[in-house]
Amino acid sequence: MKAFANLLERLAFTPARNAKLQLLRHYLMATPDPDRGYALAALTGDLKLRAVTPGLLRGLMAQRVDEQLFSLSYDFVGDLAETIALLWQADGDEDVPLHQAVALLAETGKAGLPAAIAAMLDRLGSSQRLAFLKLATGNMRVGLSARMARMALADMGQPTVADIEEIWHGLTPPYQPLFDWIAGGPRPENAAKAPFRPVMLSTPVDLDQLRGLDPSEYIAEWKWDGIRVQAINDQGVRRLYSRTGEDISASFPDLIGALNFDGAVDGELLVRRGNEVASFGDLQKRLGRKSVTRAMLESHPAALRVYDAMFWQGDDLRDLPLTQRRMLLEQADFGSDGIDLSPLLDFTTWDELAALRTDPPSPVIEGVMIKRRDSRYVSGRPRGPWFKWKRDPMVVDAVLLYAQRGHGKRSGFYSDFTFGLWDGDQLVTVGKAYFGFTDEELKELDRFVRNNTIDRFGPVRALQPKLVLEVAFEGLNASGRHKSGVAMRFPRISRIRWDKPASEADHLTTLKAMIP
Amino acid sequence: MRADQILHPTPEGLYCPPGDFYIDPVRPVHRALITHGHGDHARAGHGVVLATAQTLDIMAIRYGQDFAGQRQVANGPLRIHDTTVSFHPAGHILGSAQIAIQPDKGPKIVVSGDYCRRPNPVCAPFEPVPCDIFVTEATFGLPVFCHPDPLQEMSRLTASMAEFPDRPHLIGAYALGKAQRVIALARQAGIDGPIAIHGALQNLCDYHIAQGIDLGPLVPATADTVTAQLVIAPPSAFASPWVQRFRDPVIGFASGWMQVRARARQRGVELPLIISDHVDWPQVTNTIRELSPSEVWITHGTEDGLMRWCELEGVAARPLRLVGYEDEPE
Repeated sequence: MKAFANLLERLAFTPARNAKLQLLRHYLMATPDPDRGYALAALTGDLKLRAVTPGLLRGLMAQRVDEQLFSLSYDFVGDLAETIALLWQADGDEDVPLHQAVALLAETGKAGLPAAIAAMLDRLGSSQRLAFLKLATGNMRVGLSARMARMALADMGQPTVADIEEIWHGLTPPYQPLFDWIAGGPRPENAAKAPFRPVMLSTPVDLDQLRGLDPSEYIAEWKWDGIRVQAINDQGVRRLYSRTGEDISASFPDLIGALNFDGAVDGELLVRRGNEVASFGDLQKRLGRKSVTRAMLESHPAALRVYDAMFWQGDDLRDLPLTQRRMLLEQADFGSDGIDLSPLLDFTTWDELAALRTDPPSPVIEGVMIKRRDSRYVSGRPRGPWFKWKRDPMVVDAVLLYAQRGHGKRSGFYSDFTFGLWDGDQLVTVGKAYFGFTDEELKELDRFVRNNTIDRFGPVRALQPKLVLEVAFEGLNASGRHKSGVAMRFPRISRIRWDKPASEADHLTTLKAMIP
Repeated sequence: MRADQILHPTPEGLYCPPGDFYIDPVRPVHRALITHGHGDHARAGHGVVLATAQTLDIMAIRYGQDFAGQRQVANGPLRIHDTTVSFHPAGHILGSAQIAIQPDKGPKIVVSGDYCRRPNPVCAPFEPVPCDIFVTEATFGLPVFCHPDPLQEMSRLTASMAEFPDRPHLIGAYALGKAQRVIALARQAGIDGPIAIHGALQNLCDYHIAQGIDLGPLVPATADTVTAQLVIAPPSAFASPWVQRFRDPVIGFASGWMQVRARARQRGVELPLIISDHVDWPQVTNTIRELSPSEVWITHGTEDGLMRWCELEGVAARPLRLVGYEDEPE
């Protein structure tokens, strides 16, 4: 695992694609089977192990480190696995083979897992501990896409990237047949079926830009707040992919069972009860599960709202104009209640569309999609044929009250901001925001925090209430969690109002008036 | 006399009333005792400056010969008003010292400045000085900081130079102390060829060599084409046009902060090398255990962690919350 830990570390810090490819290729060439296959699967996100929960890891630490020291450390480091790897007190420096670590995580029962993980951590040095914990939590974050991994493989032998991609989804770790093929052996004959095809994405637009376009050349439909997916039934092989090509079939057996057609369609994954589309929060409960309980299938039924088709009954539709693809879909029988077609919006001018957009029939709509009638289905994000026109964010001017150090990329900077509004002559907190500012603004905010601290509560700093932030957000719900009684959705800092005195910030009544 | 009457923080820096002097003041004062030559501790413009001969030399190199009204070399115990002060090696950089203050009446205080317990080829090792009150930094005052053997880090550098033989390796290291230490470590790691150094390091490297520290063959990294594969430069140089002369460089940074990945990522570092001139967590806690002072004062850094440790160990401690020192003095 030493070589694997080294590889992870180098990949995590190496920005250049070619250098990443070289590091990975050299690792794959120098590492024996089955370790290199497991490493490859770990990097491409295809290694499905029993996911070790943050709770389990915290539990392990609680027995070994003072809680306050742990929380100060975690706060500084910003990553749970890394914090634990650094805090773990052990003198081990064994080079445990990767497949042993994988077997431990795959085979140990739930009850025995904490002790098994602790025993493994005792055997390892600090950077291997981190590699092992990243493996256990299934979150590598080394900036290596599955496609790049396949490019590194293609550099090792005859098969090209396209050759490898064609069969990739039919392979399982540790990929012995794949490595044999690359070394000159026979091509693995397996399900080269139902491959993922890169999806077509849109660019943002506003009314001013739209006025330059002829509305008759476009169709529009609602932009649903679910998850964009590609659903395929290729001669009986059924798969559901996220828009990045992750195979999420296992989490949605109900939808997989409903794909009673032959083709590859593009649509929005939703939770739908009868005709009522449920919130994104409900959909979230279905994500990332390896198995789904029957109760969950009944209470949170998955559905697909189809936008487009790439293949249909053996034909590749991607070069046809959108209107023709639509026509085929309108005549199609999807063979299931769980699948329907996204309806088109009736409009002749942009102002009519703007009126529809401001008053959508469902709260799970986050705007409208505008697509050229003649657009072909092309992968990537071409500028022009498809636009997304999201609902305008709401804004308030709030006062910065508390700050905490960020996690991840922002660790070490005060980047988690709690802000409040006036309620009479008191400021009450109404929310938290972590982004919206540039790196340069982050430095200024960090400096403001350090220079205006009036109190500390563990990692949280209370600040002089004098800086006004313009906070943008997508929606508002009544909430018991905040003192204020409202919760913002997707809040972010849209402007820093260095110019505005705190006394001129907005009042809570202004915010409450925005609740739908 | 109570301890905080002997030494307490002021806007100028730590002030000692019975000796009427400041330690590492951040504003001009009439008498300054300086622990070491880093810019946030050693500033120009004081009346009398008392420091080790090497620190005085370094200040003259950085600020010019007239950096103070008068220089005084620390050499053995010295009477200043109602105190006796002495300087002891801190193991941080060349010339770095702890300052021990023995007032005529009251507890003995040792201000350690920045210090490090790990052997360092470019300076004298830290000398434990028994005291009643130990004033410590807490730059790395969290238990996550357990810095590895620097030679192990150098082996990561040599491995990278072998993996990418055509790419120059630019290692960021502060001009005073860290740069010379990295060069000396590279020699220990078997890098014998010429090492290129940025112009900002020249005078300080020359001074180290004059003080008898072997840095091996150094060449200036100022020519249009630099052939040495290893280049040492101050981190600020990476943001300047100077760096444009290198094709596809591997940017590294030698610092104790590199132990935390997010820190390395914030700096855009491709090869983080965990090499620190400050005490890490085991060193600072072991030093406090070893000296067993009746009280610990914490000057700057992540004091919350060390405060908590002292609380758990039953050691009386308080933060001084000095301002003006860089938050990240590496």
